[in-house]
Amino acid sequence: MPDFLRNLVTNYYETAAMILFGIGFTTLLTHRNLIKKIVGFNFMDSAIYLFLASKGYITGRLAPIIVDSNTDPSNYVNPIPTGLVLTGIVVSVSVTAFLLALTCRLYDKFHTLDIDEITHLARKERD
Amino acid sequence: MELVQNFPFICIVFSLTCGVFCAVLKGNAAKRLCLCWLTLTTLMSFAVLIYTLKNDGYYIYRMGKWNAPWGNEIRVGVLEALVATAFSGVMLLSLLGGMHHIFTDCEPEKTNLYFTMCSLLMSSLFALIYTNDLFTAYVFVEINTIASCALVMLKSSARTLVATTRYLIMSLLGSGLFLLGIVILYGITGELLMESIADKVREIFATGEYSLPLTVIIGLFSVGLAVKSALFPFHSWLPDAHGSATASSSAILSGLVLKGYIIVLIKIFYRVLGLEVIVAKQVSQFLFLFGILAMIFGSVGALRERDLKRMLAYSSVAQVGYIYVGIGLHSRLGMIAACVQILAHAITKPMLFIAAGGFMDVSGGQKSMSAITGAGRRDPLGGIAFTVGALSMIGIPFFAGFVTKLELTQGALESGNVTMTIAIIAIAVSTLLNALYYVPIIFNLFSKREQDEYKGLRVRYRVDYAVATVVFIALNIGFGAFSEYVVGAVRRGLELFGM
Repeated sequence: MPDFLRNLVTNYYETAAMILFGIGFTTLLTHRNLIKKIVGFNFMDSAIYLFLASKGYITGRLAPIIVDSNTDPSNYVNPIPTGLVLTGIVVSVSVTAFLLALTCRLYDKFHTLDIDEITHLARKERD
Repeated sequence: MELVQNFPFICIVFSLTCGVFCAVLKGNAAKRLCLCWLTLTTLMSFAVLIYTLKNDGYYIYRMGKWNAPWGNEIRVGVLEALVATAFSGVMLLSLLGGMHHIFTDCEPEKTNLYFTMCSLLMSSLFALIYTNDLFTAYVFVEINTIASCALVMLKSSARTLVATTRYLIMSLLGSGLFLLGIVILYGITGELLMESIADKVREIFATGEYSLPLTVIIGLFSVGLAVKSALFPFHSWLPDAHGSATASSSAILSGLVLKGYIIVLIKIFYRVLGLEVIVAKQVSQFLFLFGILAMIFGSVGALRERDLKRMLAYSSVAQVGYIYVGIGLHSRLGMIAACVQILAHAITKPMLFIAAGGFMDVSGGQKSMSAITGAGRRDPLGGIAFTVGALSMIGIPFFAGFVTKLELTQGALESGNVTMTIAIIAIAVSTLLNALYYVPIIFNLFSKREQDEYKGLRVRYRVDYAVATVVFIALNIGFGAFSEYVVGAVRRGLELFGM
């Protein structure tokens, strides 16, 4: 197996994260349905959190919560990536809520979720 | 620690608090609170500027007194304080100038939310300017995105809804890429504070490891922030969003929000990744190229536009191009030009949008070229402000825009070879195009062939609008007349960036 492929297989979490990121990104960019765009956005952000969480995990180590005299740092993983994931989730939840609210208002006004059609209708309203 | 050193932190945190209070107050009370607070932040930022200039240095403020690798920090130098003062002042003036429109464009029970969003936006801008931590920068980038989309959306019409959706989607794509960049950078360095990352990146770069990830990171940061700051060819969302929003929103979005992201990009390039890495990865050539294209195509877009506010929005695309050309020259003079342009455009474009709002008042709420014919005669103060702004955009001496073009040309001359030729030709062409669309509007504004229905109409000036336009005009001329002080401060600020 060539080096490149072996790297992809060994780091399968990261590979999966990047594939998911690509799927989410293209869905958010190119899909016409607003709800699917929002799903795509959540895919994209979740992929980044998967990437971050997998970077922060070291096989065989524990969460850094000290309950006994085991204070050797080499037994624990770095807690910062997990903290970042949490912060990131909060951000993407609020953005998702905003997007969904916006979609509701658009649907009330135009009775469709197709962004191209909405743009078209809005332009007609102007003329 | 002196009292003044706390001001940046107070500006960031209490702007957030001010936003919370505005959310529960009635419209008028929220307006008063927001205006008072913005006046205070402007004064505080000015005090910080004086303090940093006097001490001729920067200081690091540790949040909660935690030390370097664990705590969150903000870093305050001359450049940061200067930009913060300008942004906060422009925010105040933009709100004042479009105040009347805010109360007519928003639904009555939602006007207080407009001020909530302005406070949140101001807080995030302060944070983007001052922060020394990459992940904090990401969080505030998102707050900035939400607040600025809401500012577009609060004028409720079908057009603004669609514009907001497109704006939000493009912004989210940008912040997704930006976040991925931060995550990969964290993966290879294990640090989040800018100085610590810079040290690690220098080590990594010296050993030659992780060459590909570094390239990818630079690409992700550049593209992500370029989408959010509407660099050509990612500008398609901008004319709709800036053209359809209420006057204050357009002013704030064009003048400040776009620049906030560019400041983050500058900080990442010079304080996180370091100039040598950027030069070695040849990323600045791309920014330079797209900046040049933005200068030309933004102006061409503006030339074809028959709607005043959309035309101003296209002009912003071109002006953002100037900033990226400055960054792309990757020399000290180029960076000075970019920073001067950030300031010059931040005080000029809001003035134009506020004046455009004034013209709409005396033209039955319309903003097409034919409707605003003679609007400068019906609203002379707005007419003068627009003329000053337009002349500044074209680059007439003694106005703010001239300083940028001068600095940018000097930067280009210094760079020599092909870059110089391209940059100077582009500046010349862009100036010509600017003149081609701004000069006819000035003539149109003062033309006597008004549409019959608006003939003889005279504006009754409101105090806030008059004050805002007069201060904007004074600022613009002051910037042009005392440019050496501004350029001097910017130069010192960049030296403190380690350039």
